[in-house]
Parts: sequence; C-alpha cells; structure tokens
Amino acid sequence: MMFRSTRWMFRTAVLGMVAVAALSGCKTKAIDPFPASGAVAGWEKTGDTRTFDAKNLYQYIDGDAEQYISAGVVTTSTADYKYQGQLEVTVDVHTMKGADGARKILETGQSKDAKTIPLGDAGIAYTQSVIFRKGPYLVRIVAYTSTPETQQALVALAHGLEAKL
Amino acid sequence: MNTRREFLKTAATGALVLGSQSTLSLAAALDQQTHGKSKVVVARDPALHDAQGQLDEKRVQALLDRAIAHYTGRDKPVEAWKHIVPVDKVIGLKTNGLGGKGISSHAVLVMAIVERLQQAGVKPGNIIIWDRNARDLQVCGLTISTDEGRVRCYGSDVAGFEETAVPCGKGAGVYLSKILTRQCDMVIGVPILKDHSGAGVTFAMKNMYGVLSRPQDLHSGGCNPGVADLNAVPVIREKVRFTIGDAMTSVYDGGPGFHPERLWQPNALIVGEDRVAIDHTAWQMLERKRAEAGLPTLEAAGRPPRYIATAADADHKLGVNNPEHINLMEI
Repeated sequence: MMFRSTRWMFRTAVLGMVAVAALSGCKTKAIDPFPASGAVAGWEKTGDTRTFDAKNLYQYIDGDAEQYISAGVVTTSTADYKYQGQLEVTVDVHTMKGADGARKILETGQSKDAKTIPLGDAGIAYTQSVIFRKGPYLVRIVAYTSTPETQQALVALAHGLEAKL
Repeated sequence: MNTRREFLKTAATGALVLGSQSTLSLAAALDQQTHGKSKVVVARDPALHDAQGQLDEKRVQALLDRAIAHYTGRDKPVEAWKHIVPVDKVIGLKTNGLGGKGISSHAVLVMAIVERLQQAGVKPGNIIIWDRNARDLQVCGLTISTDEGRVRCYGSDVAGFEETAVPCGKGAGVYLSKILTRQCDMVIGVPILKDHSGAGVTFAMKNMYGVLSRPQDLHSGGCNPGVADLNAVPVIREKVRFTIGDAMTSVYDGGPGFHPERLWQPNALIVGEDRVAIDHTAWQMLERKRAEAGLPTLEAAGRPPRYIATAADADHKLGVNNPEHINLMEI
C-alpha cells in the first residue's frame, strides 16, 4: 500500500514538473529588466515601474498602441531615470509574443539617421534615444535633452537593461 | 449644468450654449473680419526657443497676444479676450499630455492664457485646466490643484465620467468626462501638433479623444469617422468653441509619442474657432515639414487624415477644409 502511494506521488510530481515546464515554454518569462539606482554608474531610477497590457496600452501611448498590438505586444513596462541628477529619460520595455514582433517594430520605426550599435540582437542609436531588441523584448530609451554625453550615457543604461533580459 | 438629468437633456438636444451675450460677441467679432470665411491665425516667432532649446516665457506671452489681437482685431489683449470668452462662466482649457514629457502642450502657453483670462475678468476658480489624468497634466509642467478658490488643474480621473453613454456616429455611445459635461461652460482646446501613426495628424479635433473613458474605441479606420463623429457630439460641438493650438514644438514623424530624432520647432501658435480649418492648416504645415525632411506625404505613408474632410461634410458640418473658404492669416 505504501509502495503504491509513493509511486502515485512520484507520478504526480513528474506530471506537475512537465506541466510547469510546458507552460513556461509557452510564456515569456516574467522578469524585472529595470536596473536599480546605482546599478549602472550615474543612473538613478526616479519613479515606479508602470506596466500596461495590450488591452490598456492606449492609456500610455494612445494611437501608437495599435502598431504594438498588431505586432503582438503582451505588456509594456515603463520607468523614468535620471543621469547624474540632470539628464531625464524614459525607458520603455515592450514584451512581445515573439522575436518577430520586436523586429517588426524596430525596423518600422527606423529612420535614415539611425546609427547601428552592437546591443542585444539588434540596436540603433540617435542623439537622444537608443532602441534595441533581444528575443521578444523591444527596449526604447529616450532622453529629453541633448548634451555631448547623452548618447554614451544612454548606451551604458541600455547595456544595463540588456544584461537583465 | 450640474445635474445628470440636465446634462442628458442638453447633450441630446445640443442646447448647451453660453450666455447669449457672449455668444453674440464672439460671432460679431468674427463676422466683421472673416468676410464669410473661417479665420485661422498662424502666429510665428522664430526666436521663441533660446539657444538651449527652452521656450522664452515673455515671447510666448507676446506671441499669444499677437495671435489673439489679429484674430479679434483688437490690440489690447484684455479687450480681445472679453470678446472670446464669457467672463462670468467657467472656462476649461483642454490640454494634451498624452505624448509625455517633451511633446505635450506647454505649461508656459497654458499659464499665459490663464493670465489673460483673469485679466479679462474670469475668476481664478472659474478656470479649469484639464486632461485625462494627473500624469498627462504633470508632463506638461502643470501642478495639480483642486482648490476651488484658485485656478484648478486636474484630470478626468478625479472628476469621473458620465455613466450614461452619449450617441456618437453609428457606433456604440461614448462616455464623456464630467469636467466637460458638468463643470465647464466653454472649453478652449490647447492641443499640441503631432504626427499620428493612425490618424495622420493630431491637433484640434483629435484632442477631444482625451474627454473619453475609452478612446481606443474610436481609433479604427485611421480615426475616421471617429474624430468627426466625436466632435459632432452636441456637448463637444457647442462647448469647445475656440482653439489655441500649440505648434511651438512638434513631431513630424513617428508620433504621437516623443521621438526626439523627429522633433521640430515650428515656433507657432494656430488660433481660431473653426476646428476643421485649424486642423487642415496644421496638416498642411506638417506636410511641408515632411517634404523638407524627405519623407513621403501622409497619403503615401498610408495614413492621410481623412477625418478632416469627414468633419467638413454635410453630415457633420463642423467647419471648412476648403482652402478657398479659409481666411488664413500668417503673421
């Protein structure tokens, strides 16, 4: 009797592990990609992370939401940062259903003056913004002012984010 | 305009009007100068931004005064404003902060309007600066205040939305902000000019999406006929009677969000009563910038702002989009 019970428990545990593995394979892993204050030199996280799912993404980006939804956005998380107490930026992390969606958004939004940078699976930089994708994630970092150090500082923060994805 | 019953009655009949005296004053001022055309003033100051890209507060005030003076034909700002607003009523300023910091209605312009409204005789407590929520106002650089003795500034997240839908076009009804329906007698739109990934252009009429509880419901088809249908809702048609459009900073592609690589400083205000004529004028301004930047027209990009023509059609009659019927004054 004891033997049969143990075998039943073993089978249940195995089935449970298989189920968890299968489910996690279907879903994008839940992570917090936002570096804490000080984790990247000079950068301070100045606000809470806000997260929107596809249904309420319009509350954050209104008309822009449609292109993300059609590309398969699952969630969008956003947080504000400051560099050396002065340069203010916003970081958006879009979690898509797959890498294709992230690729589509990155390529659609690219303009001629984009500079390719080695970051994640693909990355581009402008004077005041850095955008990159890694797997199903699309990250956009935007600064509100331009200084000679802006782009370098943004790339440093981008590497901090990329390491957490 | 305080009770739900009164709101429903007036929203349905379109009977939401200001005091007849002020209405006639505005109409008279316009008739004298437009010669049957819709007047739109585009006022520019190339030195509006300083070397660091910051707006010069005094120049913004001067630009506003110049725009209003040309629009009304009255040199003294206080006298001019008395012909635009009913000074004994509650005046709302509907800003647009959806694009976030960097591409939202500028607080310096909003406060310049507030100053002139008060000088014209509007009580501070009768001025409400409003948008969807606190965040949208704060990114403009505005401070939240609900003190009824002072100029108020808060969002529909505080005031709430009507629980009864108002008909809007052929679709399901819409739920409007109580700030619009119950608290303001007249609204001045203070939108910011932006490219829009769906609608093509967002400015005077599209700004009204910020009065809805569910703006996403009107985004299909490039916001056409959604924008026109919404502006034709009686309470919006009647109360939103003037626009002071912020085209001091704009984004000419990739909008409506903030894209610093596509930022542009037209250094202009676009002012008028005819929301369709204003949007048509703003659209043309945006197209000229896109051409200058080597970008395709919005039509070629697959997102022409068709809602502008729809708003001018016989079903909506919100204004004119034919340039021959627009008295455009560029100063």
